[in-house]
This record gives sequence, C-alpha cells and structure tokens, in this order.
Amino acid sequence: MSLDTFIRLVYIVAAGCFVLGLHLMNSPATARRGNQLSALGMAGAVLGTILLIAAGDVSTSGTLIWPIIVVGIVVGGGAGAYSARTVKMTAMPQLVSIFNAMGGGAAALVAIDEFVRAANLGPHTLGTAEVVATVLDVVIGSVTFTGSLIAAGKLQGLITGKPVKLPFGQGINLVLAVVALATALYLILVGQILLVLALLLAAALVFGVTMVLPIGGADMPVVISLLNAFTGTAVAMAGFVIDNPVLIIAGALVGASGGILTKLMADAMNRSIMNIIVGGFGTGDAGTAAAGGATAGGSVRELTVDDAAIQLSYAQRVIVVPGYGLAVAQAQHVTAELAALLEERGVDVKYAIHPVAGRMPGHMNVLLAEANVPYPQLWEMEDINPEFQRADVALVLGANDVTNPAARSDPSSPIYGMPILDVDKAASIIVVKRSMRPGYAGIDNLLYTDPKTGMLFGDAKDVLTHLISAVKAQ
Amino acid sequence: MSVDQLISSLTIFVLAILVGFEVISKVPATLHTPLMSGANSIHGIVLVGAMLIAAIADNPLSIVLSVLAVAFAAMNVVGGYLVTDRMLEMFKKRPVAPKAEPKVEA
Repeated sequence: MSLDTFIRLVYIVAAGCFVLGLHLMNSPATARRGNQLSALGMAGAVLGTILLIAAGDVSTSGTLIWPIIVVGIVVGGGAGAYSARTVKMTAMPQLVSIFNAMGGGAAALVAIDEFVRAANLGPHTLGTAEVVATVLDVVIGSVTFTGSLIAAGKLQGLITGKPVKLPFGQGINLVLAVVALATALYLILVGQILLVLALLLAAALVFGVTMVLPIGGADMPVVISLLNAFTGTAVAMAGFVIDNPVLIIAGALVGASGGILTKLMADAMNRSIMNIIVGGFGTGDAGTAAAGGATAGGSVRELTVDDAAIQLSYAQRVIVVPGYGLAVAQAQHVTAELAALLEERGVDVKYAIHPVAGRMPGHMNVLLAEANVPYPQLWEMEDINPEFQRADVALVLGANDVTNPAARSDPSSPIYGMPILDVDKAASIIVVKRSMRPGYAGIDNLLYTDPKTGMLFGDAKDVLTHLISAVKAQ
Repeated sequence: MSVDQLISSLTIFVLAILVGFEVISKVPATLHTPLMSGANSIHGIVLVGAMLIAAIADNPLSIVLSVLAVAFAAMNVVGGYLVTDRMLEMFKKRPVAPKAEPKVEA
C-alpha cells in the first residue's frame, strides 16, 4: 500500500473520530472522551498530511514549505494554547468566537490562494464547480471572519453590546449584496479576474461587520452559533476547492451541528433566525426601552440583605435562577458557596437553567460547573417549571426576560409566546439586579411588581457576598 | 474536477450533513456550549488544506497567504480542543455532600 493510500485511510478514520466524538458529547459522562477522540482524529489527519508532504506524495513545488508550516503552527498553535489555558470561563464565549473567526479566515485564504494561482495562468483555468466552491468559500469565510471578530468585541465590551443602528444600514447591505452577486456571477460566467475577486472579498468582509453590528449583545449566542455553522460550510467548500474529502466531511458535520444549535436557540427565544439577523425588537424599539424603568404600573418592594437571608435560611426548597447578570458579575463561585451553605442547613437547592440564559447556549452550565456545582443540581426548563409552585423561594440572579410572566399572559408583549421559567409560581421571589433597567427586549418585567417579589439591588457578586455573611449570622 | 469527482464529493457532502443532523440533534442543552466549542475545533481541519497550499507556495503572495492560513487554522485547532477540554473537565460528576440536619439555632 502506498503512503498516499494509507493517509487517505487515515483521513477516513479521522472523519469517523469526529462523528463518534460528537456522538459521545450526548452525555456529560462521556463528553470529555468524545472531545479527546475528536482531537485524536485531528492529530492523525494533521500528522498524516505532514508525512505526505515530507514524502513528496503531494505536489511540493513550494520554496519555503517547512518554515511556513513550522512558523504557522508554532505561532498560531501557541496563541491558541495560551489563550485557551488562561481565559476566564466567563470570557470563554468570545474566545470561541475568535477561534471561529480564525477557522473562517483560514478557509477563505485557502480558496483565495488557489484562485490566485489559477487566475495567473489565465481567466478560464478553473472549472465551473471550482469557481462556485471558491466564491462560496470566500464569501462565507470572510463574512464569518469579520462577523465573529465583531461578535467577540461585543461580548468583551470593546464594542458596545447595544444594537448599533448604521445610517442607511439597509441601503449599505443592499449595495453589498448587489456587489457580491454581480462579482460572483462575473467570476462564474465570464472569467476569473483577480480584481473582481478582490471586490467580492471586500464586500464580504464589510458585510460581516454590518451584519453583526446592529445585533444586540443578548443575541450574540445565536449569532456565534450561526457563524460557527458558516465556518463549517466554508471549510467544506475549501474541501471542494482543493478536492479533499476530510475537509468536506468535517465541514459538513459542523455546518449541520451549528445549524441545528442555532435553530434550537432561536426557537427558545420564540424568534426566527431571520428575525434576529435582520434586527428584531432590539433595534426597532429604542423608544420603549428608554421609556421603560419606572412604569409598569406597580410599586417595587426593596428587600434588605437580612430579610433575604432569613427567607432563604428558613426555606425548605430554593430554586436559583441564574442569568446574564451572574456571568457579568462573575458571581458563579459566590452563588455556589451560598447554595452549599444553604444545603448544609438542610435547604434543598436546585438551579433552573433557561436554554438561552447567559451568552451562549449552556453558558450557565459551564459557569456553574466551574464553581463545582454538581450537574444533577442543574435543571432544564421543562423539568424545573413544575417545581416552582413547590418552591419556598426563587432566587433570581440577573435573569430578566426569561422570567417575565408577560411572555405567558400579555399577547401584546414582544416576547409573548417565548418559553419562560415559571418563577412567579414560587411562594416568594428574591430578585438580585443591578437596577430597574429593563432587559434586552426593552420591556418591563411584571415579575418585579408582583407583591411576592422583593428586590435586592446591586452587583450580583457583592450582594451574594453580603447575603452569605448574613445567612451565616442566622 | 471531473464530473465523477464532483458527484462523489457532493455525495460525501450531503451524507455528512445528514450524519451531522442525526448525531447532533440528540445532545442535551446542558452540553450545548461544549458542543459548539467542540464543533468549532473540528472545522480546524482546514489546517490540512492550509498545509497543502503551503506545500505549493512558490511566490511571495502565496507564502503570505499560506503562512496566515496555517497560523489561523492552528490557532483554531489547538485552542479549540484545549478550551473544550477545559470546559468538559469541569463537568465531572462530583458527589453531592450528604445533607446535614437543619441546625437549630438558639
């Protein structure tokens, strides 16, 4: 068997590892092994490719092959390893977004290089299928590249998390779409000219920015997930361009997974993916958001930390509802400490996890896992909702829209129909919140004016730290 | 690319998408973040493509493009797998501490 044949078989095994690895991620017990299996397949495919190049079994007309590969892997791999090891778990979504940008960028670069090589030989060197794959790869890869970087910037707070309304936003997008379509058609139907590809590339890069900028920070989970699917598709297209099946398989797998995940998340917010991308109530309702705050037609009851400590200490069942505010305040450790303290005193503590709480799907699970909360204590929405009516206290930590009863009761509310946590069914409710500002959707939360609800204003971490000492003093 | 090649590549593409739907639609929400991150590492396979274009880079532009592509893809692969592993490491099942009797405070 020739080396080439052997490496092709290694590619098939690698593809198998990716599929099985994703399958093992079905259960927390096997998920880590799944990821390791997937990494093993990746290592095999990469080492096999290095062997192929070393043996000269692929075209090796390059002049600086090893310097390029070594420098690229050392610099890129080093940056990846360093950031992956040092990142705080709360900042993890933006890091994943940056890695995603890198993948999309690499896929686009592969296609651009192939295109440049062919265009130098003449405008009709590439077959139609290759040009179509190249165009799709460059467009999708570039949109992902800039889009993911903007998403990461928004999550990191470098770019405002608020929806940025661009002047003539729709007009700009329309122009970009026309440019992209015209250049793509020219490349496919007329001939492969470098300048035309450069125009297409520029339009796609700018579109990545104008697509993500107008989307609010709270919708970033859906956006990252969508861009992840994009990168998968771009990588599959790169596989068509260089005719490599393992890129096609791995890319298609990721395209499918990202697609499903995106849809699940959009469903959980009762919105369509289109609605989020085009800019839903986050951009249109600035007036409502500004007018919010003091209205809602009821009064808000403010609790003292001691009141809250007493309620919690003498409760039998407490359900903790973590949200965006917990992640922002990095309050996962104090939350776990409070829960452990209550458990020590015989209180039954459960966590209610809304599918879109936090910045990424399952973000709360990761944060709480970091704080050593055993995962059987984390309950998903459908399982925990019947439990609220038996709970003595629901402790809401920086979650807003996902607890708003208006989603069930008020057909005129923009979030009407969104599945929510039935926090209002608990015997009493404690809400820890920075201020009375409305949530991302820009609407008042009826929960806060419920007579059963007491508010504790302040940063989640500070409030919880005080709460812990108050509970200890009980 | 010959028509035969194109058709077989398209077949692989379509079947891989279907496998992706099948395998992934069963993952519980708890694991969605690690899944997204794990899938994100898998598309780092573009590193293979980046190295293959590095092997034929014989002009300055190609050299720049391929070194960038290799570096980007390597960051995607290495960082992606490590950060996913770090996340999943924390999902270890820890025994829940036995509950103490409620203290009767004076």
